[in-house]
Amino acid sequence: MELRLATRDIAGYTVVEVRGEVDVYTASVLRAKLVEVIDRGAGNVVADLQRVDFLDSTGLGVLVGALKRLRMRGGDMSLVCDNEKLLKIFRITALDRVFALHGSVQAATATPPAPPAG
Amino acid sequence: MIPVPTVQLAFSAAPQYVRTARLVAVAVARRAGVSEELLDEVRLAIGEACGRAVARHRRYDISELVRVQMSDDGPYTVQVFDSCGAEVTAGDGTGAPAGDEEDADRMQEALLAAVARDLEILRHDAGTEVRMVWPVRRRLSGTGRVTRG
Repeated sequence: MELRLATRDIAGYTVVEVRGEVDVYTASVLRAKLVEVIDRGAGNVVADLQRVDFLDSTGLGVLVGALKRLRMRGGDMSLVCDNEKLLKIFRITALDRVFALHGSVQAATATPPAPPAG
Repeated sequence: MIPVPTVQLAFSAAPQYVRTARLVAVAVARRAGVSEELLDEVRLAIGEACGRAVARHRRYDISELVRVQMSDDGPYTVQVFDSCGAEVTAGDGTGAPAGDEEDADRMQEALLAAVARDLEILRHDAGTEVRMVWPVRRRLSGTGRVTRG
């Protein structure tokens, strides 16, 4: 399955919905989308991974890269993931301690985002 | 002992072929009798090992094919070979990963170590070999049927 991306704004967050496989082939597409939304001014990004079937280290690298980019600008990124297969990958790489992980988009966007630092 | 490969695959160092390698490796694993609950591990490990080889070939501008060998004669064994020997990688550091690549490299190592069974990364003169082994259920010879062993 190819990668499909969609964005929407919810309560001050930019939600990037990711569908399909994020791997060494498709990760560059996700990177381009995240860079685009961050450069457009999104400060608080939620990556919705609920419909991701496969995620490898390249995809993880893209997510970490986006988080770094956001934090340099005083923003933040959280993830929505309810798939045990993917959650295991976050635990193995200790990224479950780096990203805030939520079970639903509603939970990820329930609290109003913090204003930009500085 | 190095098993005799029953399936071999060679592909140019392009990311899209990693997916093909994953599909083939999982199909062979299933046929070999690797249990269903391990197939996600196989899928991820083969993808990481092949992705590593592709990244190394691209990083050092190597035109050789990435090679994958699978053997189901005994435990399911997968070997992924790159052609980045010491001569190639001992450069001035211009091929070193940076940014997202560097993060991905660290996570790749962590994932490979965690999901590949009996992982070995062997350095040969011609390049490196990632060797992974998974247990299989006992196969009834000639019938194609498997039973738990």
